[in-house]
Amino acid sequence: MNRIVSREVLNSETVMLDIEAPAIARKALPGQFIIFRVDELGERIPLTVAGTDTEKGTVRIIFQMVGKSTMQLGRKQVGETIASFVGPLGRPSELDHLAGKNVAVIGGGLGTAIAYPQATYLHKIGAHVDFIAGFRTKDLIILEDEMRAVSDNLYVATDDGSNGKKGFVTDVLKELIDAGKHYDLVIAIGPLVMMRAVANLTKPYNIDTLVSMNTIMVDGTGMCGCCRLTVGGEIKFSCVDGPDFDAHQVDFDEAIRRSKAYLKQEAYDREREKEKEESHRCRLTGEVRHE
Amino acid sequence: MNEKRKPNMSPVKVTMPEQPADIRRSNFGEVALGYTAEMAMEEATRCLQCKHQPCVQGCPVNVRIPEFIAKVAEGDFLEAYRILSSTNSLPAVCGRVCPQEKQCEERCVRGIKHESVGIGRIERFVADWYLENAKDELVPPPCNNRKVAIVGSGPAGLTCAGDLAKLGYDVTVFEAFHVAGGVLMYGIPEFRLPKTLVQSEIKLLSKLGVKIKCDMVIGRVFSLDELMEEEGFDAIFIGSGAGLPSFMNIKGENLNQVYSANEFLTRVNLMQAWRWPEAATPISIGKCVAVIGGGNVAMDAARSAQRLGADKVYIIYRRSEEELPARLEEVEHAKEEGIIFKLLSNPVEVLGNDEGWVTGIRCIAMELGEPDASGRRRPVAIPGSEFDIELDTVIVAIGQSPNPLLRDTTPDLKCHSWGGIVVDEETLATSKEGVWAGGDAVTGAATVILAMGAGKQAAASIDEYIKAKYEET
Repeated sequence: MNRIVSREVLNSETVMLDIEAPAIARKALPGQFIIFRVDELGERIPLTVAGTDTEKGTVRIIFQMVGKSTMQLGRKQVGETIASFVGPLGRPSELDHLAGKNVAVIGGGLGTAIAYPQATYLHKIGAHVDFIAGFRTKDLIILEDEMRAVSDNLYVATDDGSNGKKGFVTDVLKELIDAGKHYDLVIAIGPLVMMRAVANLTKPYNIDTLVSMNTIMVDGTGMCGCCRLTVGGEIKFSCVDGPDFDAHQVDFDEAIRRSKAYLKQEAYDREREKEKEESHRCRLTGEVRHE
Repeated sequence: MNEKRKPNMSPVKVTMPEQPADIRRSNFGEVALGYTAEMAMEEATRCLQCKHQPCVQGCPVNVRIPEFIAKVAEGDFLEAYRILSSTNSLPAVCGRVCPQEKQCEERCVRGIKHESVGIGRIERFVADWYLENAKDELVPPPCNNRKVAIVGSGPAGLTCAGDLAKLGYDVTVFEAFHVAGGVLMYGIPEFRLPKTLVQSEIKLLSKLGVKIKCDMVIGRVFSLDELMEEEGFDAIFIGSGAGLPSFMNIKGENLNQVYSANEFLTRVNLMQAWRWPEAATPISIGKCVAVIGGGNVAMDAARSAQRLGADKVYIIYRRSEEELPARLEEVEHAKEEGIIFKLLSNPVEVLGNDEGWVTGIRCIAMELGEPDASGRRRPVAIPGSEFDIELDTVIVAIGQSPNPLLRDTTPDLKCHSWGGIVVDEETLATSKEGVWAGGDAVTGAATVILAMGAGKQAAASIDEYIKAKYEET
């Protein structure tokens, strides 16, 4: 059982929680993830660690309420507990060799929350960081000040141009590269289609590119193989071999197909969860009251 | 012991009551229903009480078999349990999943001419009787304040924990999953080993003073060095199991609806996906399912798929029936339940549609050639004999290798190239001071009882090590 210490709603679909987990907080490094379970019948869901506070003994997670489990987690209030919080899992990102180098850190949507710890670490060890963050629309922009604080340049793009700069993260990256900017590494974290687009963009330029593969998992310790993907023609397990992989070696088409394995069940669960939420919505304030 | 008792010379075991095949194939209730007290006492009288006790030699944890059986024959079930549990911490588990026919019962003198004594069935009765009837009488022995950490709560870890707790050690078991039991919880299905029963036996260990910490991935949250240097453990036993599933490395293996047996069984058993949507973890198997492999895990997966409602379930195995590595009883049960055996068939490709979902499997027919290194006749493909089977789901049950997590995070833990931890055969000591290992993490996938034997062996070594360490200082 782990207690929720703080809770902040970042936008209409994204919540940030600090969870009491001192042993994990002490060990978690950028790139690693945790697995949570809301209650005794809950699913095991992996989420990348968005930050830690070793003094308070808390681990920060930022997530979109897109499925049953994340909707349930998002409704949890400060002081409440969740059944499981396991980690840190996965191999930490290898970043130490990048001191003094040029790195483009790209976050797509929620991926910015996951890319943020990498940018923070890189900034701290003296890498030159260009942070490129993409969102569907202005209202969904998160962590803008935080990203600015840990980067040399911050570029925020929106798909619909509602913040002034219209386009995808790949458009921004291409402009920068074509304007003569040299990158030693590109780190791309976000939806699979975005990471594939970045990989396709950087390949002809021969820029090393790292992606973080957030696949479906069960145990997260190498036991089940649910998270397997093809990297350089070989089967790899995202949980123990990753989650970071060389973007130019990942079979994204396969990964995208595998991410849809439970689409039907997820949709069914989501509808049921929405119905449940509606039945708990206060007619005066519009807030969803926790059951 | 009643020396004058005349043995019951019935040539066959007292029959074990079972759920009929046509009913059990659609429920997860236990297949074998267990002896009544009368049945157990009757079967117990078949034991000849041999002086040389060959059965005990056949048991990896040296259960005092004739002694506990004599007590059953007398109707003193509590004393029978005390004798049984003095060397075996998980008797209700062993009575159900041990391959007795290859161990104690294989050596039984009664088995030379007729059927051996049903040792496993009597063991099961005694353990179940205790769990149902015994009043709380377990008290932890006085604690010696020496701390031992156990990594993994499967049969090896629990046995090691139980033996050390009985000796007065302060034992903490770390489990990566959210419940203790390891393969007993995630792997072996409910219909062979009810999960409430596993938890009951683990509770008895807790009463002996064993602490169980779930959701702890050792190697990540604490390294082995941190456990010893910062958390104050004097010794560590690694029983992390064989958790890395093998795949066939054929085309189509990453299509949706191709599961490793580990994933399939974990979803069904541990995560209770058969109760979806009440339990949040989903599973879908469709109408036609094939399980690749011929071991116990393959039988478990096939019979689980049947119970989840599949119309047709195939076992695809590249050798013939004679070479099936599964226990005979499991194969018989599977057949009775309608599992279709496609023997001498080897998958060459998993077939799929454009969206990436399984539609079938392509196999090639095999014939048996010359014996190979394992002594079994090597299966050889018959050219041009490919055939397809239409399927919705493929479950790969061709084995697993030891979990990589600890060796990846413990550079000074010596391992074989195939992943197993290197140990001293006598003591089960690893290359790392203060660390022992046993069970599937050392041997690769084997049986529950062999893992328990290793846990027992390591407990004795650890006891010796700690005693020596503190006598010196």
